[in-house]
Amino acid sequence: MFYREAGDFKTSYRDDNQTFPIRLDRMGYYILMFVAFLVVPFFINDYWVNAVFVPFLIYAIAALGLNILTGYAGQVSLGTGGFMAVGAYACYKLMTGFPEVSIVIHILLAGGITAVVGVAFGLPSLRIKGFYLAVATLAAQFFLVWLFNKVPWFYNYSASGQITAPERSVFGVMVTGPNTEAWAKYMICLVFVVALAWVARNLTRGMMGRKWMGIRDMDIAAEIIGVNPLMAKMSAFAVSSFFVGIAGALFFSVYLGAAEASEAFGINKSFLILFMVIIGGLGSIFGSFAGAAFMVLMPVFLKNVLVGGLGWPTDLAAHFEFMIVGGLIVLFLIVEPHGLAQLWRLTKEKLRLWPFPH
Amino acid sequence: MPEQLLFAMEVTLNGLMAGVLYALVALGFVLIFKASGIFNYAQGVMALFAALTLVGIQQGQVPFAHLINAIFGTEVHHFPWQVPSLIAIVLAAAVMVLFAYLVEKYILQHLIGQPDIILFMATIGLAYFMEGFGDIMWGSDIKKLDVGLPQGMNMAIDEATYNWLGYGFFIDNLDIVATIVAAVLVTCLVIFSQYTKQGRALRAVADDHSAALSVGISLRFIWVLVWSIAGFVALVAGIMWGAKSGVQFSLSLIALKALPVLMLGGFTSIPGAIIGGLIIGVGEQLFEFAIGPMIGGATQNWFAYVLALIFLIFRPQGLFGEKIIERV
Repeated sequence: MFYREAGDFKTSYRDDNQTFPIRLDRMGYYILMFVAFLVVPFFINDYWVNAVFVPFLIYAIAALGLNILTGYAGQVSLGTGGFMAVGAYACYKLMTGFPEVSIVIHILLAGGITAVVGVAFGLPSLRIKGFYLAVATLAAQFFLVWLFNKVPWFYNYSASGQITAPERSVFGVMVTGPNTEAWAKYMICLVFVVALAWVARNLTRGMMGRKWMGIRDMDIAAEIIGVNPLMAKMSAFAVSSFFVGIAGALFFSVYLGAAEASEAFGINKSFLILFMVIIGGLGSIFGSFAGAAFMVLMPVFLKNVLVGGLGWPTDLAAHFEFMIVGGLIVLFLIVEPHGLAQLWRLTKEKLRLWPFPH
Repeated sequence: MPEQLLFAMEVTLNGLMAGVLYALVALGFVLIFKASGIFNYAQGVMALFAALTLVGIQQGQVPFAHLINAIFGTEVHHFPWQVPSLIAIVLAAAVMVLFAYLVEKYILQHLIGQPDIILFMATIGLAYFMEGFGDIMWGSDIKKLDVGLPQGMNMAIDEATYNWLGYGFFIDNLDIVATIVAAVLVTCLVIFSQYTKQGRALRAVADDHSAALSVGISLRFIWVLVWSIAGFVALVAGIMWGAKSGVQFSLSLIALKALPVLMLGGFTSIPGAIIGGLIIGVGEQLFEFAIGPMIGGATQNWFAYVLALIFLIFRPQGLFGEKIIERV
């Protein structure tokens, strides 16, 4: 009753092909955009930005990227952290090398550089499949992080081996560096998220997305009906790495401000983003957001309850967090292997019939 | 003989020994992969957990002491006794069997028929769970594991090579023990799988699940069995690594090192795991020795993965893996 498509007539192909064909969805989307752009920035403070909003938005980009590769094209990757590092270091080199160019262009270029690196490490996927590929992407993870630690050119020969984001502004508003206002951090991430989610949504429902899904479901069959596996897999790696690279650039320049490769972009980051994709739902744009929100909010929640509420020592709470994350992942896989996105679909199905189920 | 060559020989020997330890972890992976088609990421954490449990039992620690203290405000740490090494090992093995049973009952059984990737993710979740659980149960401080294995430089080899070549090789006694233990372990596994009824059942399951079911082999029992064996292998690996570098979190990272070993040897081959382990062990030591200093060192972090990656491009199923046949 609350959620229905009855009476929502489509009279042209254009209507039928909208991103959100159901009116209620569309309204929900507009309201969400209104709140995100015009309400939240005025009520936001440092704690919420740094603990919840900015990590959520950045991880959502990374999860979108990994979801394109793993969820849509079926190529499992454990190298996300390494690719984020490429984005971060590319952004750093561009920011320090060309200070007069806008940071938005730097971030986009960092994504492009990551895409090239991603394609290079994705080339073996033509020969290697499944788990073998997952392990092969670990090579990217470890090699890239090692490279950024050992070659001083990447961190401009700084004594600490860290990269530190210089102050940059967009339209006169500071977006990086220690003096950035909370809402500015939030807004730049939000703009990137909305733009990239729109790109991802339209790529995945177009020809390219169908090719990816063909490769995922059965690559040989897809090849026989005319999908070029080289192009499909390489484009998946390129687009996915582009997203992940932008996430890495934002993560370093806007969120962290200063980073060190093995700490900020280690193997744990790869797993974290993989978990987001799994818990959110493979092959779903909404799922990427839901998974990112879940994995960002849960530690904050647990910390508040265990340390703040029960007064446990922080190390014990951290161990508990590990247990709960692991347990939840297993539970999710058993109860609902398609993740939060599937739960959302089921909820909509229920709402459609409520209060008169069959 | 030129000095460089002697160094290289020593490095090779030490690489072989390190390779044995990699192979021990890889062995557990192969066992589970063969019997259930599950790529068990948790193998490394199982080794950590087993070693933690062993030390905990040996030193008479109170399990969950931190948790109990935090909730009830008590101050308990140790029982007033210590357990002899051998009994502690047996008890730790029993814990691993119990663990195998619980994993089968609460996780695997519910995931039968799911795609491989889902099962793989489930083992990653299991690995996280075990990591937190092990730390809560036994505390997260670095522990010293001492079950009476000989340690330090082997004098006999040092002396013999000094008299023969004029340069004494440094070989750790522990590595020699590890090699012997690994050899015994593999021999036992081979005998078990070739000459016992359960071993035959295990091979049948590895060959074909549904055919094995149809002749009356209990899949559930075999899975518990194979996870128990993998748990035992993890315990052995945990003892060796723990004795070498202390029982700590980084122990679970050796599991990641076992992955390129597996890729090189093939996921389904026990000899592959061993030979892969040796190749990786020697390869990364020699590479670090010969080329490492030129490009900044610490190449062990990635060399194994890149080697495996390059190797796989030419032979996607690994050295001894079954040929991958794909049909539409």
